[in-house]
Amino acid sequence: MELERGLRLDRMRIARGGADLVALDMTVTPGETVAVMGPSGSGKSTLLAAIIGALDPVFALSGRVLLDGRDVTDLPTEERRIGVLFQDALLFPHLSVGSNLAFGLRRSVRGRAERAARVEAALDEVGLAGFAGRDPATLSGGQRARAALMRMLLSEPAALLLDEPFSGLDRDRRARTRDLVLDVARRRMLPVLLVTHDNEDAAAGTRIVRIGGDEEDA
Amino acid sequence: MLGPVAAGLLGALGPAFGWLPAIGADEPGFAVFRDLLAWPGFMDAARLSVVTGLASTFLSLGLVMLVLASLHGTRAFEAVRRLLSPLLAVPHAAAAFGIAFLIAPSGWIARAFSPWATGWERPPDLLIVQDAGGLALIAGLVAKEAPFLLLMSLAALGQIRPEREVLAARSLGYGREAAWLKAVLPRLYAQIRLPVYVVLAYSMSVVDVAMILGPNTPSTLSVQVVRWMGDPDLALRLRAAAGALVQAGLVIGALGLWRLGEIAVRRFGLRLIARGGRGRSLRVLRPVALGAGLLSGAAVILGVAGLAIWSVAALWSFPELLPDAMTWRNWARHGPGLAEPALRTLGIAAAATMIALVLTIGCLEAEHRRGLRLTSRGAWVLYMPLLIPQVAFLPGLQTLMVAGGLTGGLGAVIAAHVVFVLPYVFLSLGDPFRAWDSRLATSAAALGARPDRVLWAVRMPMLLAPGLTAAAVGFAVSVGQYLPTLLAGGGRVATLTTEAVALAAGGDRRAIGVYGLAQTAAALLPFLAALLVPRLVWADRRGLRDGA
Repeated sequence: MELERGLRLDRMRIARGGADLVALDMTVTPGETVAVMGPSGSGKSTLLAAIIGALDPVFALSGRVLLDGRDVTDLPTEERRIGVLFQDALLFPHLSVGSNLAFGLRRSVRGRAERAARVEAALDEVGLAGFAGRDPATLSGGQRARAALMRMLLSEPAALLLDEPFSGLDRDRRARTRDLVLDVARRRMLPVLLVTHDNEDAAAGTRIVRIGGDEEDA
Repeated sequence: MLGPVAAGLLGALGPAFGWLPAIGADEPGFAVFRDLLAWPGFMDAARLSVVTGLASTFLSLGLVMLVLASLHGTRAFEAVRRLLSPLLAVPHAAAAFGIAFLIAPSGWIARAFSPWATGWERPPDLLIVQDAGGLALIAGLVAKEAPFLLLMSLAALGQIRPEREVLAARSLGYGREAAWLKAVLPRLYAQIRLPVYVVLAYSMSVVDVAMILGPNTPSTLSVQVVRWMGDPDLALRLRAAAGALVQAGLVIGALGLWRLGEIAVRRFGLRLIARGGRGRSLRVLRPVALGAGLLSGAAVILGVAGLAIWSVAALWSFPELLPDAMTWRNWARHGPGLAEPALRTLGIAAAATMIALVLTIGCLEAEHRRGLRLTSRGAWVLYMPLLIPQVAFLPGLQTLMVAGGLTGGLGAVIAAHVVFVLPYVFLSLGDPFRAWDSRLATSAAALGARPDRVLWAVRMPMLLAPGLTAAAVGFAVSVGQYLPTLLAGGGRVATLTTEAVALAAGGDRRAIGVYGLAQTAAALLPFLAALLVPRLVWADRRGLRDGA
């Protein structure tokens, strides 16, 4: 069987108490952004939890999750190499901005100086040069979102999930941050799954998939 | 947690029914119980246990409900809340000594009113402390148990979030107190029922407080059991075992009685709610609530102040409010003897707390990783060592430990302390641990961090403040343990608490002051550390400054 690049959800079904909540069968190819839309309660967050391996045990999952042909369905979250950005940046409040990024940076990057340089370069890439020593609580919402993005990219994920990303930001800043994230992802040829109920968010994707409601379809 | 309790109760069964071959008792039967019933003080001792237990639980709960209904959400309540941690940390024995020093005929209260109001030039010949009715004992228990129930209520209220309900009820014309009693109390009580039962079981069977404040003619049943345990006449061990089982039975009976009371109050309350009275005149209770709350807190705080002053008092004659002079002589005299039990107390507390913390974090983390939740049955298991009176299962446990050759060492004492420290550490760390935003864990895992790294590099650092608070609670609980230390140590492991309680009979106020204060400090200082350390460590992390 030929290795298929990208994130493939192979006949994935999530059920609760015997009733199907989400059923999807699709592939997100490298560099593509698929927006999954649905009203609240349609199982968007559950779908996301299933893909990253943090599904609550009350749900039953069938089907496979394949990443670049590798079956990750039974792997724990930390071995999947799927990066995720939530509604909030979720920077660790006890670590400085730089330490947060270093937390994400792969262990294979060795040496203090080299690691610090990589963190500084990542901060520089999103306009946060010189922020390494800062307390995350002193950053603006947009700055936090960008720091969280770089923290994730430093862990070298093979796919990206965005859960209603940046919904805490105002409209203008939100659009700019989203475009930045999608642009960075495209340049790295990452498959992106964007879960949202916002039409503008969804329009930024290359394809829209709707779940829940009457249009439950893959 | 069931293990030690069950083993202890079983260990009491044999001797209670006349079977303890080690001392030549090998004729099983009911002779021991007949002997116990024939002891002339039996009925009085049993009645005293039941009455003081029920009364102090009722008063503690009533006080807490009064304070919450009248003051919750007001600024006065903040004052009450700030008193809470130090009040909880003061060990029972020290608080009991302090209160004894306040209310005794030669205590601060009598001094304050003498001779100008009372005409007393000498302390009056009144039996106030250790009164036959157990009133002093009840007062001492209420002063220590009400803060515990208040703490438990505040934790439960954090989940209930009653502000909107109270507002809704008040907009329907209900007074603040009535809104609280009718809309919040029923749900709150359901959440604090177990702690209330713990208070009832504890109050009925407490030993150290009852030795200090309780009557001697006779004493409560649990004190009597401990006396028999320590009696050179080994035959009395049998009577002690029977007494321990009777004590357990009394507690179970009282719990049943309390449950019936709950049902009655519920029926009555529902009818009262249906009648729709707005209860706006309940406002008059507010100053009563504030007064009663402050009085209860002040009793403990002034008591500790009294201990402090006695510990440095030179000549202090009645009715002077303060000693003629302050001196370090008492500390110089008792200091050398104090050092060894103090170090031992700290060592035992540190070891027991450490073990309890490791077990607690292990349990909570397993709960998190496997997606488990502590069921209500699990909560009962956790509370079991607190619900079954210490005096009921510790003698049996001691008998078994003697049989197994395990008694007398520090290890046995530490193990016994863990049984009582663990529930408190678990209760105090459980909620903050579970309330922690687990998306942070998912975030960290998605960055490639393994579960152990998530726990030690993200979760525990963020939970530093509640973690240290839990450790301080565990430490204070261990410092205050009297009976487990006495029995598991075979009477040979001296701590600040056993030494202080042993001084009760002698009545040397200066020595009691020194030991009581040392005991209080040992329990209180970790709380200070738990308050300060996170502020220093996370001084430049705004997201953690208000105690994550």
